Amino acid sequence: MLESETLVVLIALPLFSSGFLLLAGRKADKWGHLFATAIAGSTFLLAMIEMFAMVGREEANRALYQKVFTWISVGSFNVDAALLLDQLSICFVLLITGVGTLIHIYSISYMSHDPDRRRFFAYLNLFIAAMLLLVLGDSYLNLYVGWEGVGLASYLLIGFWNKKPEYATAAKKAFVVNRIGDLGLSIAIMVAFAVFGTVTFKGIEEQANSASQGAMVAIGFALLLAAVGKSAQFPLQSWLGDAMAGPTPVSALIHAATMVTAGVYLIVRSNFVFDNAPIAQFAVVIVGAITLLFGAIIGMAKDDIKKALAASTMSQIGYMILAAGLGPIGYAFAIMHLLTHGFFKAGMFLGAGSVMHGMSDEVNMRRYGGLARYMPITTITFGFGYLAIIGVPPFAGFYSKDKIIEAAFNLGGAKGIVFGSITLLGAVITAFYMTRLFMMTFLGKKRWSEGQRPHESPFLIWAPMVILSLGSIGSGFLLYSGKRLEYWLKPVVDKGGHKHEEFISHATVTTMALTAVLIGVAIAIAKYRKDIPIEAPEKVSIFTRAARKDLMQDQINETLFMRPGLAITSTLVKTDEKVIDGLVRGVAQVSLGSAKGLRRIQSGYIRNYALLILIGAAALIAAIWVVTL
Amino acid sequence: MSLITVLGLLPLLGVLALVFLKKDDALGVKRLAFATSIIVALLGIWIATKFDRAESEFQFVEVREWIPTFGINYSVGIDGISLLLILLSVILVPIVILAGWNESEGGRWSTKTFYMLILILETMMIGVFAATDVFLFYVFFEAMLIPVYFLIGGYGSGERIQAAVKFLLYSLFGGLLMLASIIGLYVIAGNQIGRTFDISSLATLQIDSLTENFLFLGFFIAFAIKAPLWPLHTWLPDAAKSATPGTSVLLLGVLDKVGTFGMMRYCLELFPNASKTFTPMIITLALISIIYGAFLAIGQKDINRLIAFTSISHFGFITMGIFAMTTQGHTGAVLYMVNHGFSTAALFLVAGWMIHRRGSSTISEFGGLQRVTPVMAWSFFIAGLSGLALPGLSSFVSEFLVLVGTFTRYPVAAIIGTLGIILAALYILIPVQKALHGPTTAGNENLKDLNLREKISIAPVIVAIVALGFYPKPALDVINPVSERVITKAGFSDPAPTLGK
Repeated sequence: MLESETLVVLIALPLFSSGFLLLAGRKADKWGHLFATAIAGSTFLLAMIEMFAMVGREEANRALYQKVFTWISVGSFNVDAALLLDQLSICFVLLITGVGTLIHIYSISYMSHDPDRRRFFAYLNLFIAAMLLLVLGDSYLNLYVGWEGVGLASYLLIGFWNKKPEYATAAKKAFVVNRIGDLGLSIAIMVAFAVFGTVTFKGIEEQANSASQGAMVAIGFALLLAAVGKSAQFPLQSWLGDAMAGPTPVSALIHAATMVTAGVYLIVRSNFVFDNAPIAQFAVVIVGAITLLFGAIIGMAKDDIKKALAASTMSQIGYMILAAGLGPIGYAFAIMHLLTHGFFKAGMFLGAGSVMHGMSDEVNMRRYGGLARYMPITTITFGFGYLAIIGVPPFAGFYSKDKIIEAAFNLGGAKGIVFGSITLLGAVITAFYMTRLFMMTFLGKKRWSEGQRPHESPFLIWAPMVILSLGSIGSGFLLYSGKRLEYWLKPVVDKGGHKHEEFISHATVTTMALTAVLIGVAIAIAKYRKDIPIEAPEKVSIFTRAARKDLMQDQINETLFMRPGLAITSTLVKTDEKVIDGLVRGVAQVSLGSAKGLRRIQSGYIRNYALLILIGAAALIAAIWVVTL
Repeated sequence: MSLITVLGLLPLLGVLALVFLKKDDALGVKRLAFATSIIVALLGIWIATKFDRAESEFQFVEVREWIPTFGINYSVGIDGISLLLILLSVILVPIVILAGWNESEGGRWSTKTFYMLILILETMMIGVFAATDVFLFYVFFEAMLIPVYFLIGGYGSGERIQAAVKFLLYSLFGGLLMLASIIGLYVIAGNQIGRTFDISSLATLQIDSLTENFLFLGFFIAFAIKAPLWPLHTWLPDAAKSATPGTSVLLLGVLDKVGTFGMMRYCLELFPNASKTFTPMIITLALISIIYGAFLAIGQKDINRLIAFTSISHFGFITMGIFAMTTQGHTGAVLYMVNHGFSTAALFLVAGWMIHRRGSSTISEFGGLQRVTPVMAWSFFIAGLSGLALPGLSSFVSEFLVLVGTFTRYPVAAIIGTLGIILAALYILIPVQKALHGPTTAGNENLKDLNLREKISIAPVIVAIVALGFYPKPALDVINPVSERVITKAGFSDPAPTLGK
């Protein structure tokens, strides 16, 4: 593999810039945001240079490797701080730095009235650094550092306005739920080391064929758990909606275009694991399918524009995860949809931010209406994103989503029909809720209150939206035509050059998908052409009520985990004080011959303690047996 | 005279000099104590630069006859593990003195006595890690209790006397058991190789397994009280709540490490067979500590008690790493001791400043500190992140090494242990949210941010946390040879990967 000396600069620049801005203090308030934006821009420039260099090299020499230093070396556990830039990671590097730079620019204006703008930009730079490390690390442990690094940045940014207690709670919730996923990553790394003696992608890939099925399935499920946490997939999806507490540029960058797609990256990067663990791979498809419907259903009922978009993100990532679970025929399409989604969803989030900017931070779409007249640029750029996500040709989502639907049908047999139909159904619902969102916001009668003065946002805000909308138009065709992305990624994700059967023709899929879109749009128009009440109607079906409450996800988590957890905690606190410390105090008193202790013996305390000790000892023996399995 | 002896004597010289200062010259006392501790720290660092990293045996050895009738020697020497723990001690002492510049004022006795106790304690910390004679070790091990007892009981807050007595009784109980085992060892040595307390000689004894088990337990229980393992932990939260922040740092950051250090040095080396026998039980207790400590931490209302319980969870990780009997587990455990020393130091110091300013140690009394005292809030946050083992900070490396090292031998235990990382997120982020985020609540509006002295004292700790996270190699290089030696001597080798390369 070609060695590079400079890859680390990509990460070091934003990392040091972030630390510098945090330490610089108030003095840097005047120019901190410009500095951070310049840094983000230069990482994008570096990424472009790397991309052109990579395209110019022979296919076999495209990947670059850099060992930065020896990080951990104990016995046979050797992990270098090392970076790998290959055909897969360059896609992400471009997405992260490109969209990242646009969002920096947008935030200059969007956050201009915030007294803590410098801190905001420092966090953004920190995010860029961590996310680049995530996609550039050459081993699972390096990836882990980026993985939790983006989690930290996300925590800091969701809680950026943590003065509001519920925002602080949202930040904590995101971090904790993500940690459940991180548990999976930890376990995957431990199993990988125990089986392969290494944790680098390359080292594992080389031995992947000879590993036992049990080991591969274990690693596969553990990685899936990690992906589920980071990418807000079922059943760890509950944090994403609340994460909208963060400033809107953050929602666009982290909680739509980049960080939440890290789970997709993880699965595609681990293709050698999943291709050798069919059960785990199938579980990936199931998770994707459930989430794509789950998110879409929630998206239908949300009145908060950001939460509706968040539900949509969850659903779209469901598509990507599903595609990634299809194996070699799906990896490239997962990434393609990830990239096009990066454009159109980031664009729409920025559009939502622009609307909020013009509407005094109102997020309730029932208080919008008819904004097209007041915000033409926002409406048009958002419109392109809208057409892209529902899959209207020739917009980006048309190509990327169609390929996923097609690949799902091509699973063949009952599986193919089930998952193909789910992706189609998802397309109907997507078309419905996005049309609803677009109509409620930009079309129809105005429903806002007297005080509102909707207006178009300034240049720094709309310019990034325009650029992203160009991506919403063209990126799909660009990646799709001539199977460009498929061939580009083939050396990484499809080394064997799998041949797959076609159970369904491309034309049929396109027809079905377009019909699905039409149905969804038609229902939405029929329903929302009428006047929309300013208050959400109370008398709605159980179904709508459940969807408004995110299909009861929080209630379920509360019942299953939070309340039992709290009960365990308070029981243990009491036990510690009364039983364990009590026992110690009792023994001390008895041995010191105090009257109190003697009284306790007589009053039967000791019998109770003896019983407790007996039960405790039995439990302990059972635990010892479990632990040493 | 070995440099280690010089290092150990230096703080005593400081004590001697303090004697000549007037009692009411508080500033002079503080300056002299601080200067002494800085010199000790510099010498400690200098010793580290002279230390031969590749060597796994003791260096800077000095042996002198002490009580020849019983074969007791003054013998000291350091290997990589003791070097790091001594470094940790001598670096933390000046930080603690500077950070808690005024913490001796509410005490029962004078400032002078306070600093004399601190410096005496420093000598003992060096001694306990450097001793290579079991009896000498025991002397330091027990004598250490005295200054700590007075530091908690005389200068602490709240129910300080009760806390100090509880600490003392617990420790004395453990110490007695250990003494019995030491005498047992001595008798056996007398029959086999002659009167000696030299650890390397004692390690060669042939002991029948029943006796070995009992002797092992004597040592182990003493150590399991010191680095509290469930269910012998209840003295720690009380002590941490009552002690001054500086005392808590030394108590949890350094003294408790004597327990885990003892498990490695004494339990494993002297009783390899018994260690093997008890390993399943110890790993189980360690796991219980990890999970139990974490749950208890989540349930605490008092910030100092919370930190104490997080430490119980972390000691569980350290103990699990030690008894996993792999180089990764072992090295991870040693590194964990150092990292835990720094991150707990940061947590206790910042918590101490918060408590001092607010006049309360109840978490819910704080609120919105991030806006009022940003530097203090950030310091607490970073220390907390290290406590929850965020990758990139020092604790991650050690925690992951422990987990991976345990997994290769006890996969189920390691997987249960990873649950600790979820709970850790809760026990750190809940107090962070309550104390630092949200609106600034009444009573917190006018708190002052860290002053220059406080910033200077916390900065090196944070630097250490970050530096050891990104580049742990210098520490690992020193630990690795010793880990390999200990693991091999105990008759183990790392499990090979299932797929040989």
